[in-house]
Amino acid sequence: MNSSALDTVAGTPAAAPRAKPRTLKPGWFLVSPSVALLLLWMIVPLGMTVYFSLIRYNLLSPGENEFVGLENFEFFVTDPGFMPGALHTLTLVGSVLAISVIFGVLISALLEACEFWGRGIVRVLLISPFFIMPTVSALLWKNLIFHPVSGILAAIWRFFGAQPVDWLAHHPLMSIIFIVSWQWLPFAILILMTAMQSLDQDQKEAARLDGAGPIAIFWHLTLPHLARPIAVVVMIETIFLLSVFAEIFTTTSGGPGYESTNLAYLIYNQALLQFDVGMASAGGLIAVLIANIAAIILVRMIGKNLTDQQ
Amino acid sequence: MLTLKQSRRLQSVVVGTLSWAVALLIFFPIFWMILTSFKTEMDAIATPPQLFFAPTLENYLHINERSDYFSFAWNSVLISFSATVLSMLIAVPAAYSMAFHESRHTKRTLLWMLSTKMLPPVGVLMPIYLLCKSMGLLDSRIALIVIYTLINLPIVVWMVYTYFKDIPVDILEAARLDGATTFQEIGRVLLPIARGGLASTMLLSLILCWNEAFWSLNLTSSAAAPLTALVASYSSPEGLFWAKLSAVSTLACAPILIFGWISQKQLVRGLSFGAVK
Repeated sequence: MNSSALDTVAGTPAAAPRAKPRTLKPGWFLVSPSVALLLLWMIVPLGMTVYFSLIRYNLLSPGENEFVGLENFEFFVTDPGFMPGALHTLTLVGSVLAISVIFGVLISALLEACEFWGRGIVRVLLISPFFIMPTVSALLWKNLIFHPVSGILAAIWRFFGAQPVDWLAHHPLMSIIFIVSWQWLPFAILILMTAMQSLDQDQKEAARLDGAGPIAIFWHLTLPHLARPIAVVVMIETIFLLSVFAEIFTTTSGGPGYESTNLAYLIYNQALLQFDVGMASAGGLIAVLIANIAAIILVRMIGKNLTDQQ
Repeated sequence: MLTLKQSRRLQSVVVGTLSWAVALLIFFPIFWMILTSFKTEMDAIATPPQLFFAPTLENYLHINERSDYFSFAWNSVLISFSATVLSMLIAVPAAYSMAFHESRHTKRTLLWMLSTKMLPPVGVLMPIYLLCKSMGLLDSRIALIVIYTLINLPIVVWMVYTYFKDIPVDILEAARLDGATTFQEIGRVLLPIARGGLASTMLLSLILCWNEAFWSLNLTSSAAAPLTALVASYSSPEGLFWAKLSAVSTLACAPILIFGWISQKQLVRGLSFGAVK
């Protein structure tokens, strides 16, 4: 199958290396499709977003697309949803990162501590939530776990004689953090567990013989070994967590009020529910800015590490 | 005093019990979803929730009743596979040249590709939506295929690149000395060796496409909507369809769950951009 795919590529005239292929490196024209497409994917829509953000543009009142400068940004930043949205975005990212890194390290350390019955099955069970699609996990938690009447938590609360809580209505952000953590903790476990398996067992044995206890071994040997994988987990989760959307869309729709709105949802709200293209674009650029600040910090921290090791 | 052997065994029992407890707790929602899919709608909303009940297959047999499940599933399959094949076609040549003909731009190019993943989708929601609208591509599979190809391209390039990096250059040099052209070199020598790595890359891409839920929710409504959108349509409170929802969800997640279980080790490499192997 792969070779047939290649035949089609080789069949195109541009791709056939005519003159001595060794004198000219095949490098640039093989890389260029990827680079060109990604460049296009970045620049065209982003350029349009910049343009839209500077004009008045509402799909409900077409035709008056005059230049308004930074007005859209001003409106977006002073929107009552902006401060909560920005704050919730940071809270969500921070909490889920903390939960998945801390529990991820503890759980994978537990699993790698020693051989036990059914370890393979335990591993599979632990990473499963990561493969569940976001809309499914959101509705699953909403209807079967958090539901104030027939949910599992309500049953447990009643069992202990307490009043069941309507989690998504009264603690919307916390509930969403819970759902998202449930999806991303398994990712951290998956990465960290694999990383731990590459830890040198002889070193551990040597430390043990020198009289180091399990906690000392964990602290001085395992944890330093995990620095890189933890950095990777932080980087990748940050990318995805900054734009959590489906979980909010299907559970709380950002409410009540703005209590569970993050920036991604707020922008969606401006764009496809209020049809304000200009303001949504301004919001989009602010989201890009925030993501880029995070990205610069993260790439500085670990990006170099990634390529150096290759 | 415990002997060394006894204390080892005790440790194994304690660690094992704890691990099982944590694993069952984390897996419980999925277990409960699967269980609910075999209940009647009445049993599904019973209080207290029922662990024992008369199981029924009715939700699966009538899966098409409330919505056209199979058309959504077909969309998911078509979109995920097309996007995966497309991104492989674009990524393999790029990864080949970066892995075996490294230039001084290679590292920067790789990092730049990674950085395109940092662009949050909401930042380009408006233009993509309007572009699709003006080209008549709203609610079309083509739009999703193109978008999924592009958003997964960096990960696919990285993953294939790290697999290629593990292959000794000497093998390719030998083929070259025997007079192989670049494309023979890739097709006859490199791809067969990297088969396993390419397969797991495709698996990862399939998983990511299958579960993507930002663009599918925003750009499709019915004709091209994949399973993520079908499940989201159950969120409207127009009645209690929890047993049916569970059946639909179970079917929607089962293939990916199994893919994930099979390839967990290999996926780590792709998901960590080759940093953890």
